[in-house]
Amino acid sequence: MTTPQHSSSRPTVPTRELVLFGGLIVVVLGVFFAMGGAYATRMLVEAACYAILALGLTIQWGYAGQFNAGIMGFVALGGFSATFFSIPVNHDFWSSDLPGRLGGVLLAIVAAIALVVAVSRIDRLGVPKLARTLITILVGLIAYLVVISWLREVTGDIESQVDFIGGLGLPVWVGWIVGGLLAGGVGYLIGHICLGLRADYLVIATLGIAEIIKAFLKNSDWLTRGTATISPLPWPVPSPGEVGFITARALYLSVTVVMIAVIFFLLHRAYHAPWGRMIRAIRDNEVSAAAMGKSINRRRQEIFVFGCVLMGIGGAALTSFTGIFDAQGYLPLNHTFLVLVMVILGGPGNNLGTLFGAVLVYVIWIMSGPMALALAHFVAELGGMWFDWQPGNMDSQALQARVFVIGLLILMVLRFAPRGLIPEKVAHHD
Amino acid sequence: MNELIYFFNYVVVAGSVTGSIYAMGAIGVTLIYSILRFAHFAHADMMTLGAFLVLLLTLLFPHAGEPLGLPTAVVMLPIAMVLTSLAAVGIDRVFYQPLRNHGVKPIVLVIASLGVTLMLQGLIRLFSGTGAQSLYVDARKEIFRLEVPGVTRPIILTEPQIILFVVTIASVIALHLFLTRSRLGKAMRAMSDNPDLARASGINTRLIVTLTWVIAGSLATLAGTLLSLDVAFKPDLSFFLLLPIFAAAIVGGVGHPFGAVAGGFLVGFAETLAVFNWSVLLRPLRDSLPSWIELPNNLALVGTEYKIVVPFFILIAVLIWRPTGLFKGKVI
Repeated sequence: MTTPQHSSSRPTVPTRELVLFGGLIVVVLGVFFAMGGAYATRMLVEAACYAILALGLTIQWGYAGQFNAGIMGFVALGGFSATFFSIPVNHDFWSSDLPGRLGGVLLAIVAAIALVVAVSRIDRLGVPKLARTLITILVGLIAYLVVISWLREVTGDIESQVDFIGGLGLPVWVGWIVGGLLAGGVGYLIGHICLGLRADYLVIATLGIAEIIKAFLKNSDWLTRGTATISPLPWPVPSPGEVGFITARALYLSVTVVMIAVIFFLLHRAYHAPWGRMIRAIRDNEVSAAAMGKSINRRRQEIFVFGCVLMGIGGAALTSFTGIFDAQGYLPLNHTFLVLVMVILGGPGNNLGTLFGAVLVYVIWIMSGPMALALAHFVAELGGMWFDWQPGNMDSQALQARVFVIGLLILMVLRFAPRGLIPEKVAHHD
Repeated sequence: MNELIYFFNYVVVAGSVTGSIYAMGAIGVTLIYSILRFAHFAHADMMTLGAFLVLLLTLLFPHAGEPLGLPTAVVMLPIAMVLTSLAAVGIDRVFYQPLRNHGVKPIVLVIASLGVTLMLQGLIRLFSGTGAQSLYVDARKEIFRLEVPGVTRPIILTEPQIILFVVTIASVIALHLFLTRSRLGKAMRAMSDNPDLARASGINTRLIVTLTWVIAGSLATLAGTLLSLDVAFKPDLSFFLLLPIFAAAIVGGVGHPFGAVAGGFLVGFAETLAVFNWSVLLRPLRDSLPSWIELPNNLALVGTEYKIVVPFFILIAVLIWRPTGLFKGKVI
């Protein structure tokens, strides 16, 4: 991943970065004038949220060579947390006996876990190991069935009596921070299991956990209203109804830009600190890093959790901005593979490159929808003129073409620009 | 007895069906892993591609199967297998081989296979739309009801299920004979053991790589088509297959074809048993149970909507306690 670059002693003008960012600004201005200010600011806010996700992935993949294929799951967790903390309190729920019953079931879950852990230790009392394993499995199964049937009963009552449990009515940023922590917690569990093994296993496990998180959020009607979706979500800044679309979105944009600036600064410091050098040493030569006495698994764990926290925060900001929590709206294509393309195209391991890739790819992505539709209509028209061909519903199929293009783009970048447009610069200390 | 027949229909038959499908998918994953050393994430989409090609051929010649007395889709299988194998070899030549020649890390190949996944998905949906379609274009699915004496409920088997069992057994035996008896099969095992040594001793490694893709592509077509015959062809088939077939390959020990078969059936049965409503079996005992036990209506371990959790937890459990898999797979 790193070929030595002989940097001269005096600083040179970063031509490549200047040209690329200049081009990007021209493109953004073009969208601004073509589609109007409200559209362009919306696009920029979403691009900024994606940039936070992309910075999360660039830490994992660029700094440490861990590939996370479940960004969608962490985004959904962050989005759920932002929703749960910020939407108004459901007074019907809190004034009924349901919170007590739900709390009772949650306590029962804790008790059941404690029971199973206790039973799994009875070999210390002299019970044979095989018997211990069998008893543990049996106790676990029964405890699981009992607890899950209680939970089903309570959640069914919540759905039929008060719709769903509502939110906490706290400021939005609390939800964003907790979203980051939740995502980090899930990342810790996954990393703890998979990071000592081959990198492929991490990919499978993250893919799986993302789908499980989505399935849970989609089917837990008592918590998230499931397919009925929750909207509107409050913003951390004045809403469009109070100050107008463009101003509200510009305020939101400034919040996300400040977040990116803080994250960027911290990452920059971390990357050039001894910690960053240690991470790169582990990535590039695990054996010698281990020989230097670096704790490989612990560093990997740190960096994976750190990336997941950023993904949770980015996902929370994105969901709050969208204004609607819809678990089915989290798609692997939009929330995992798009971020992947941003990072590998921009330059894994280079924060500036990642930012560039995030904005560029998001602009292309958002504009490709209308362009694909226009192209489809054009082709259909030509077909109708020349061959008397009547295509069916071209619109949904034209959007499928974008899936193909994203896949092709990933393969092309890996083949022809494996280090991205703005490659990672490795400093040399002679 | 009725309950036992119910159990047989809903667990033994259904579990064997899913198990066979997962097994054939997992064999492909495990073979590709042992020869090319990367987890091929586009495998489930290759299964979808194979099924899609069969669907296209069946739409073109809806009555081809009648003279043989088989469903048309089954008659079209060999052609689709050849086409899918060609596609697999082509994808390897265009996308994976240049990366391999660059000497990239295996994880980059994994990302490339994710790119291939998206390309295949996009292509299939572009042409087939997003709805489900039956592979029985102009015919009816035959259903066999076996009466068991003394019981009102019959054992139910469908035509595609019987074909699936026959094909699975035949292909596993054929693969076994190929790997243990033929020169090429032995060369393949040698290469999976030590690629450099295999090359040094005169084995044509390019040919082996091609052969691996042909076998994997053919098995993927078989599995995908027979699954679509049993239910229906859906463009998002791969989504439900990816995690189980990887779980099966890892449970069986990566790089171990027979482990993959065992893993496939293990995951298939675990899924079916987990969503089975156990209170059906306990219902006859209801009167003899003590009165303080109240039998709930739904005793399934997980709801059908959480089916995907089962292979995931099997995967996690194996990674924690036995990362080499049940049959001591290769590299970790």
